[in-house]
Amino acid sequence: MTSLATEPSPIGTAGFKQRSRLNRTDIRANRALKWLALGGGLLLFITLIAIVYQIISGASQAFNKFGFGFLGHTAWIPSENIFGGWTFIYGTLVTGLASVILSTILGVSIGLFLALLAPRRVSMIIGPLIEMLAAIPSIVIGLIGIVLICPFISSDIEPWVHSVFGWIPIFGATQTAGNSIFAAILVLTIMVVPIIAALTRDLFMTVPQELRDGAEALGSTRWEMIRGVVLPTTKTGITAACMLGFGRAIGEAIAVSQVIGGIPAWPLNFFSGGDAIGPVIANQYPSALTTLDKSSLFYLAAVLLVLGIGVNLFAQWIAGGFGSRVRLGAKVR
Amino acid sequence: MSAISPDPNYTLAPSGNLRRRMLISRTAVTGTIVAAGAAVAVLGILVYYAAYQGASQLNLSFLTSDLPAIGLSGGGGIGPALVGTAEVVLIATLIALPVGILTAIYLSEFAGPTVGRLMTTGLELMAGLPTIIAGIFIAGLIVDSSGQSAWAAGLAVAIVEVPLIARASIEALRRVPPTMREAADALGVAHWRTVLGVILPTASNGIVTATILAVARGAGETAPVLLTIPTFGQTYQLNPNHAVPTVPLEIWGLLNSGQPSALAQAWGAAFLLMILILAVNIGARVWLRRGERKRGL
Amino acid sequence: MSIGQSSSEEIPEEGATTRLRLPDRAPEAQPGATSYVESATEHETVFHASSVSVNYGEKRALDDVSMEIGKHRATAFIGPSGCGKSTFLRCLNRMNDSIPSFKLGGELRYHGHDLYGSEANRVEVRRRIGMVFQKPNPFAKSIYDNIAWAAKNLGMKDNLDDRVERALRSAALWDEVKDRLKASALGLSGGQQQRLCIARAIAIEPDVILLDEPASALDPIATAAIEDLIHALKSEYTIVIVTHNMQQAMRVADKTAFFSLDDTRTGTLIEFDQTDKLFSRPQDKRTEAYITGQFG
Repeated sequence: MTSLATEPSPIGTAGFKQRSRLNRTDIRANRALKWLALGGGLLLFITLIAIVYQIISGASQAFNKFGFGFLGHTAWIPSENIFGGWTFIYGTLVTGLASVILSTILGVSIGLFLALLAPRRVSMIIGPLIEMLAAIPSIVIGLIGIVLICPFISSDIEPWVHSVFGWIPIFGATQTAGNSIFAAILVLTIMVVPIIAALTRDLFMTVPQELRDGAEALGSTRWEMIRGVVLPTTKTGITAACMLGFGRAIGEAIAVSQVIGGIPAWPLNFFSGGDAIGPVIANQYPSALTTLDKSSLFYLAAVLLVLGIGVNLFAQWIAGGFGSRVRLGAKVR
Repeated sequence: MSAISPDPNYTLAPSGNLRRRMLISRTAVTGTIVAAGAAVAVLGILVYYAAYQGASQLNLSFLTSDLPAIGLSGGGGIGPALVGTAEVVLIATLIALPVGILTAIYLSEFAGPTVGRLMTTGLELMAGLPTIIAGIFIAGLIVDSSGQSAWAAGLAVAIVEVPLIARASIEALRRVPPTMREAADALGVAHWRTVLGVILPTASNGIVTATILAVARGAGETAPVLLTIPTFGQTYQLNPNHAVPTVPLEIWGLLNSGQPSALAQAWGAAFLLMILILAVNIGARVWLRRGERKRGL
Repeated sequence: MSIGQSSSEEIPEEGATTRLRLPDRAPEAQPGATSYVESATEHETVFHASSVSVNYGEKRALDDVSMEIGKHRATAFIGPSGCGKSTFLRCLNRMNDSIPSFKLGGELRYHGHDLYGSEANRVEVRRRIGMVFQKPNPFAKSIYDNIAWAAKNLGMKDNLDDRVERALRSAALWDEVKDRLKASALGLSGGQQQRLCIARAIAIEPDVILLDEPASALDPIATAAIEDLIHALKSEYTIVIVTHNMQQAMRVADKTAFFSLDDTRTGTLIEFDQTDKLFSRPQDKRTEAYITGQFG
């Protein structure tokens, strides 16, 4: 950071008057810039706090009426002023966790490929292509989800998986026309994989060449080098990337709403329909009639907010302290 | 004395368990290739399918007509939605750009370690904020009391754009070579002049790219807009005090309407949206790389 | 420092396992080669280079290197920076392969086998020919795991504790770390870390150990320890060491090779001879100039 230039410029005594004038304006301008910039930053902060405040206060009516029991009750009947959030919390958690697990396996593999295994020219083409996947708007993915993914799942994938793994409860019989928790998991995986791939690719590139050389010089195969040196060195970063992916998955409303089924149930069978926090807010808030209805939706939003902030802070913390660079997307390199 | 003929005791063919280990390694490497290939294939399928379904919809009438009212089947277009998207995004960017750049300037030029950390934490939090929360925030704050408007939608989208612009601008500012700052300092130039006259222009490539990408992202957002604008039946609407339709919202409405004819129009809009956003993304990257090469960064 | 002797005393006789024989290789080789097996004398050649050249894309980095490196010898490569010493060293265990535009010309043979031939497996090459790098590069694991890791990969799971201890003793590090084998290797000093890297290389029983300026990042006391180590290791392994320090070459090496730039500003081998002869009666003018400190 440069210091404020308060020394007069080396002009000589003849320009003394001019120097003073330059000085005063400059000092004022420096200060103005600093405060203006600070204002921008503070505005951001204020917005964050306002969001938290607004969501919590919006939820207060429902919280006063239902307390923490809201989190465990399943009945959601607006016409009778009965609201319970478990169905949606279940859906959010289940789809979030499952998609993060899948995305981590795929994303880390892709990250390894791009950073360590692919020739440079190949990775310079494929890397941006995979980032493009993250740029597709969620409504478009939702549309393709309903029209392409869901029918394909219900006619081909789900019956096959059920026939092979049906003894595991989550792979029960296909219940709906493809709109299911499983479809939501697939859709979320498509959206989260590019995030984890990009983050881990950058991460793996930071492993020093000398460590990799050292491993290879000991007669180890590439996979042994990755498993023995690269992955242990980066495991904190990978965890942070997973957390961010999870945050993205639980916050997704639009794409998931199209494929999850919107059914007020929390099934063990992933091939049945369900619901989640994001989708229900998106579907019901515009037409919410009573204030209790809205407040209950705010209550759900508060749960999402707490989860999202918690996960994000945790990711920042393990990645090297708060405010560290667990970056995504903004890197156009 | 010199062993030119190969000594069989020192063969370099795989010995011991190496064959098995090489098989494992090759399998693992193949696995990563398959994963990468699958991701690219998924991208290809998405783009291809959207083109297949939607490209045929794009004609002048589609791009300029009014939206169909509920109950009517066929006809209509997304004209108002295109204008509305532009309007909302304009409002959002006018708010987000100064806030984002100023935050970036503060973090890059002025902030001490504690404040810097605090602010960056907040920035990262905002970047990870679910867009539906931005929507419900503005809905509760403004819409419930003052009704829906393009202003509200613009604000909600701004919440999404600010972290994107700020982060990328910080990167761009940090890429300015420290020698430039030092040179300006050595010449006795005031700090504010250095920032405005040297640093910002050098980083301008990155900042402009960041803004364009943020605009592309904002244009494609549904959730922040969903709760601030109704989904149906708008004609061309320029007044920002009123609710305006946007393209993603239009698609959402078409999908939820359940009408068979709506699907075709949804495809048309989705294809257009996807192609524009992807083109902007690719174009921005290429442009950024070229611009930086020219400046020798 | 009788390091070499003490380590061989500690080897348990587990079925014909000696320092140089590897457990998975039957000593009863093919009939015609018995003479090689039994007469593991100093006259055997380990590396035979014929007009070896190195290109990175269009640029030629090394030209026309021909030499023979003998078994149980310490051979030093000396010369000014950028003349291909390290490049040639890294050719010996195929570490240059990871550089995309690398291309080797000429022929490089290891006990008669073409190092870059289609039958040579790169991982196997590195298992036989170990390397210690200029900057110590221990893994972020415990001292024990650093040494045991590669051995475990190779399937040497029996008597692992023993193997680790032997390697550490051979590297003259055992007494300093025997009480904290589970501590992180990153907590060691620079000299200790480098000896750890040497122990790590020894633990998998290679034939050759390549050292790329191993003491350049270390203080004089640590350097002296490393040099003593090399003396001791000579009896068990073939050593090739790149060094900037002429005195080090004189102290440690049996034969020395001098690399420098030729008329086309490409690195090449200028002179290769017994160490005492090279330094006292150099044949080439350029060698003499370098040795007497006129350049480099």
